[in-house]
Amino acid sequence: MTTALSAVSVRYPGGATALRNVTVSFAPGEQAAIIGPSGAGKTTLLHTLGCAIRPADGEVTVLGTDPWNLLRNDLHGLRGRLFLAPQAPPLPPRQRVVHAVLAGRLPKWSAWRALRSLVYPVELETARAALGRFRLEDKLFLRCDRLSGGERQRVGLARLIASEAELFLLDEPVSSLDPALAQSALESLQAEAQARGATVVASLHAVDLALARFSRLIGLKDGEILFDLPRAQVGERELVALYGPELCNSFQAPPENQEQALKICRTCL
Amino acid sequence: MTGLNLRALAALGAFLAFLAACIATLTGDTAGLFSREAAVRMFDFARGFWPPAGGTAFLQKLALGSLETLAMSWLGTLLAAAAGLVMALPAAGRWGIVAKGASRLLLNGLRAVPELVWAALVVIAAGLGPFSGTLALAIHTTGVLGRLFAEALENVPADPYLGLRRNGAGVVAAFWYSTFPQVLPQLASYILYRWEINIRAAAVLGVVGAGGLGQMLYFHLSLFQLQDAASVLLAMVLLVSLVDAASNRVRISMTR
Amino acid sequence: MTPAAPLDSALRDPAWRGRVSAALLFLALLAPAGYLAEFNPATLWDPATVLALSRFLGTFIPPEYALDFLKLVAAATWKTIAIATVGTLVAFLIALPLALLANRQLSISALATGRMALLPATARTAVRWLLILLRSIPELVWALLLVRAVGLGDTAGVLAIGLTYGGMLGKVYIEILESADPQATRSLLANGAGRRAAFLYGLLPACLPELVSYTVYRWECAIRASVIMGFVGAGGLGQQMELSMRMLAGGEVLTMLAVFVLLVWVADQASATLRRWVQ
Repeated sequence: MTTALSAVSVRYPGGATALRNVTVSFAPGEQAAIIGPSGAGKTTLLHTLGCAIRPADGEVTVLGTDPWNLLRNDLHGLRGRLFLAPQAPPLPPRQRVVHAVLAGRLPKWSAWRALRSLVYPVELETARAALGRFRLEDKLFLRCDRLSGGERQRVGLARLIASEAELFLLDEPVSSLDPALAQSALESLQAEAQARGATVVASLHAVDLALARFSRLIGLKDGEILFDLPRAQVGERELVALYGPELCNSFQAPPENQEQALKICRTCL
Repeated sequence: MTGLNLRALAALGAFLAFLAACIATLTGDTAGLFSREAAVRMFDFARGFWPPAGGTAFLQKLALGSLETLAMSWLGTLLAAAAGLVMALPAAGRWGIVAKGASRLLLNGLRAVPELVWAALVVIAAGLGPFSGTLALAIHTTGVLGRLFAEALENVPADPYLGLRRNGAGVVAAFWYSTFPQVLPQLASYILYRWEINIRAAAVLGVVGAGGLGQMLYFHLSLFQLQDAASVLLAMVLLVSLVDAASNRVRISMTR
Repeated sequence: MTPAAPLDSALRDPAWRGRVSAALLFLALLAPAGYLAEFNPATLWDPATVLALSRFLGTFIPPEYALDFLKLVAAATWKTIAIATVGTLVAFLIALPLALLANRQLSISALATGRMALLPATARTAVRWLLILLRSIPELVWALLLVRAVGLGDTAGVLAIGLTYGGMLGKVYIEILESADPQATRSLLANGAGRRAAFLYGLLPACLPELVSYTVYRWECAIRASVIMGFVGAGGLGQQMELSMRMLAGGEVLTMLAVFVLLVWVADQASATLRRWVQ
């Protein structure tokens, strides 16, 4: 049930290359963070893993199968087993939070059950428990356009909790949250993944958060993997090579990481 | 500058010539309109409307006619909303380019023929009465709403739908959980807008025998019962303004 | 999914009661509405209806294209255009003076005090009510009344369009004139210019494109309306169509429907071009 890319390249219609010869593999239950400057191809990498982009070259394995060799229905079934969480979850403004969260159950539901749930929410307790992970249980019956940006992002994550996905592909999952909330939200996601035995691949722009919460870090730059190392081996040299002088901007610096952040930052000043 | 002036002058000349031609076509019987005799006749005709008729039996009939008109406009709009939504899906290009072309053609055809002409045709098929009027309203309004709904569906941001599809939701479920809530406010305001138009149309469709207040008006005018006709006219104006007010209230409560 | 929190019996969708009552209200309205509208789709499948309808629809093909008939249709179409155009002219002649009368910017009494004197204010309110009265009666009803007052034919159509559209044009003219920037007009009036001069040199230049554009749009609507009014005997294409329908001459109906759609399309294009040209 591994998920892997082997010598994968992705080109966009304009001709720009977003990923170049990327080879990477994730064991079931593994949790890894992708870091790198903006425009490095983090989102493209996640979309390729999520069967949303078909690469020009190379082989994709998602949860043990090659998605692009499947029949259309089977491919769709595979998509139902993963969850690709975009940075800003696209929620219809007038939809209520409860339906936005329960939309994560759609792959498991029949069309009939999905319609019934719009009349009266069928798995209310699931939705509330999922929201509870992110301290949003009181927003259950609010409309999405009444939420702040950070609350919307957490509703998107609650949808992931409500789904039964075995592969979490998180694109900047906590970018709109303050440092303390970001910490606890990531904690909840990781705990849930562990409980399910699900694989987590998350792109993060906050390097210190990635260092604090993930044991494996993948550095991506200009569509290529610069390093793929356990946390202990990621040091100043790797980070400076990855970010260059931008490094100082890549810290969110929650209190407990401040010392480390400052230490790394001093090197590039 | 002179070129522009010349063009403007030519356009003005063409416009005046067109106007003159139009007037020339019609002068034949307009001249008599301004005679003293015609003025007296018109004044007498107008005076015949006063006072509007009353009487319990007549007012009861009038109330029934008003309700009939209301029911026609409401049912017609409702049927058209349902049919329009079904037609809007192919017309928004969701079922392929062939279905899109065919459904747009059909919608344009339904829309191009006015309600009253549809009513005259439907009366031949379904017989005299409000049912024909309801169908005629529904047919024409389906064309209008289908086109508007299709545009709303085309202009809606696709991200929420794509997001659900990417995570394995079915086509039907993804539509109801993303696209539909996105377009719902717009669909509702289009429906209300058409209801306001349809109450006006329903009031006059009866002229070709399709029931409601229009039929009463036509009946009384044909018998030169002008006072009865005056009451029917008042009922029409009242009904239309009531529907406008109701629709306005719903609209305000919706946008909150 | 990890085990959910213990079930809380108090957890209920707060929107549910509203939805149930809305649905009940809807059903409660639907039943009498269906009854009043004599809603009965079964009549459509009634063999007699199907037979009559299919026979009538059968006569639609082929459309009638005899030369004499086409000449008749051409004449009727031209008459429709003429009715719509002259009707719009009448509407314009009704609407413009009334709109000027009702306009606040051209008020001299309001100049100093910001409020109008009683008499002009009353006159302005009366004009607004008159405009509302004119447009609240549909053009078809006006036609129906006028056919009885002035007899069958074009004149009824012209007057019906003139009255209804006079009301509509007047209302919109007032809105356009009021929304214009009052500075130019006010300075002219304050410097002693007459009302007519203030209108011609202050207000009109600013509002002209919008005024023309809306009038042209109404002309386009008048084309459609004048066809419809023919059904009650107000002349033009509609009158011919009604005759053909009554005689169940489907081929003629089809030809005229095609001509009608074409006419509306042409008017639509012409109006769009004109409006683009004016702006």
